[in-house]
Amino acid sequence: MTGNSTASRLALRSAALGYLGILLIAPVALIFYKVWDDGFGAPFDAITSPAGVHAIQLSLITVAVAVPLNTVFGVGCALMLVRREFPGRGLINAVIDLPFALSPVVIGLSLYLVYANTGWFGEWLGENGIRVVFSTPGIVLACVFVSLPFVVRETMPVLREIGTEQEEAAATLGASGWQTFWRITLPAIRWGVGYGVVLTTARVLGEFGAVTIVSGQIAGETQTVPLWIEQQFREFDQPGAYMGAIVLALLAFAALFAMQLVGRRTDTVSAAPALTTDGTEPKEAER
Amino acid sequence: MSIVVENAHKRFGDYQALSDVSLEVPDGSLTALLGPSGSGKSTLLRAIAGLEELDEGRVLIGDEDATGAPPQQRNVGFVFQHYAAFKHMDVFGNVAFGLTIRKWDKADISDRVHELLRLVQLDGLAGRYPDQLSGGQRQRMALARALAVEPKVLLLDEPFGALDAKVRKDLRTWLRRLHDEVHVTTIFVTHDQEEAMDVAEQLVVMNEGRIEQTGSAPDLYEHPANEFVMSFVGEVNRLGDHFVRPHDMDVLDQPSAGTEEAIVERIVTFGFEVRVELALANDQELWAQLTREEAAELELRENQIVYVRPRHTKTFNGAAPATSPVDGAAPRAAA
Repeated sequence: MTGNSTASRLALRSAALGYLGILLIAPVALIFYKVWDDGFGAPFDAITSPAGVHAIQLSLITVAVAVPLNTVFGVGCALMLVRREFPGRGLINAVIDLPFALSPVVIGLSLYLVYANTGWFGEWLGENGIRVVFSTPGIVLACVFVSLPFVVRETMPVLREIGTEQEEAAATLGASGWQTFWRITLPAIRWGVGYGVVLTTARVLGEFGAVTIVSGQIAGETQTVPLWIEQQFREFDQPGAYMGAIVLALLAFAALFAMQLVGRRTDTVSAAPALTTDGTEPKEAER
Repeated sequence: MSIVVENAHKRFGDYQALSDVSLEVPDGSLTALLGPSGSGKSTLLRAIAGLEELDEGRVLIGDEDATGAPPQQRNVGFVFQHYAAFKHMDVFGNVAFGLTIRKWDKADISDRVHELLRLVQLDGLAGRYPDQLSGGQRQRMALARALAVEPKVLLLDEPFGALDAKVRKDLRTWLRRLHDEVHVTTIFVTHDQEEAMDVAEQLVVMNEGRIEQTGSAPDLYEHPANEFVMSFVGEVNRLGDHFVRPHDMDVLDQPSAGTEEAIVERIVTFGFEVRVELALANDQELWAQLTREEAAELELRENQIVYVRPRHTKTFNGAAPATSPVDGAAPRAAA
């Protein structure tokens, strides 16, 4: 290694880190710092106010419904698109990306058109006592819509990469389709799925545009954390807004961390059957 | 158990992978499906395993008609070219997989897996993961995994194709010995004629979705049914309608009855065999296989003029192949 290339490597690294630092890390870090400007009391009071607590609860409910829904749909859809040939596959493949292509506000508007009292299903739903727009179902629906492509798109390349041979081998060894999925396919694609889940969670937590339209922004009723932050900011409660931002960031970190934990655990569970009899501890697979 | 395939047809889009293939593999035998890539040999093997569905035709394993049965119900062991190792399971987990699916008792699984790992010489490596094994070890693990469920037949799809030459030779010797020990009806697919001849008792030569000829290695070599088999199994020179093996070429330093003048273009020595590349007066190229002694006696060098004469040629005009020992009066279409 020559001194010259070491220097250029260092320069490249500092440039990359500097870019990330200025663009991403500094602004986020600044929030963690600025939140304490008016003392410790104000931010805590804001976030523990009834509206603040309700916003956190609503965001968590939305995640709890939207993320599992999109995970199951995403893995199933990826399996279909990668493993099966059927008419309309190309069309579905293209339509999956629609939520990325459209502005969330447009998605919110279109959901409003369909589900509001005057919309397609709205009237029928209203007659049956189901309220979608301006209530939790609408918010969940909007979040499912905007975060739909993540799991599909993260899972498809991994599925393609692992190929069908392991699944075929499992079939010749007597495993049913379902057994093959749980024991072979899912463990093999778990990192792709996990990354998709983390991205979905982050997006659902942070979704603003679509939720703004369908929720009606009723404080203490239909406000998710991002909407609550926006209201605090508009009303010059900056410590509250910053505190909300920190809560969002922490929830996203928690999702990332949980995913890592689950990934590790499935590694050891599936990789080390309790049957190992040669007395050695099963080793962690190298990756 | 014996395997019978009757009138199998399979098409992928515009590509006819199998056309009217019928095959009989006797119980306990070791058979090679030999052919170039795209000849349909892998498709045939996968159809026997149930991994491909035939458009037409039947597959019988033992006395049972397995045609419509899914792979799970066929009880075949299948070994893939690229091992298809379950990467998130250790060697033990891989070999135990079929038994776990069959809900065997844990102690029995452990006994069986270790017995198999001894058989494939991987006993100390039960706790390793596939990415900690060499290619040869992975393929032996895959073989143990396939054998664990006591399959009725063992099917291997280019099992040594991804391995380097030395490991390949060791493994095929080892596979033959394993077959002597386990005695399960085995079919393996290969494009390497030497490998097929080395390992298999019966060879099935395939080309363009058809079976060209079935027989033992000496059978195919001495009595090829057609031009394709003659040129695919062993080396061959073509002189017009006549085919001649390179070791059936006489190379002389003096003209004699039936000889033809040729110029030596290149001499390649592989151990005791010498390969002499020649060009005839009409620019046709051919080669002769000589022993070192023969080559030394002729004092061969490049650009030397020699006189060549085939000892035996074959023609495949019409249905029956004709073999003609060539004497001075033999027809020479190329001349």
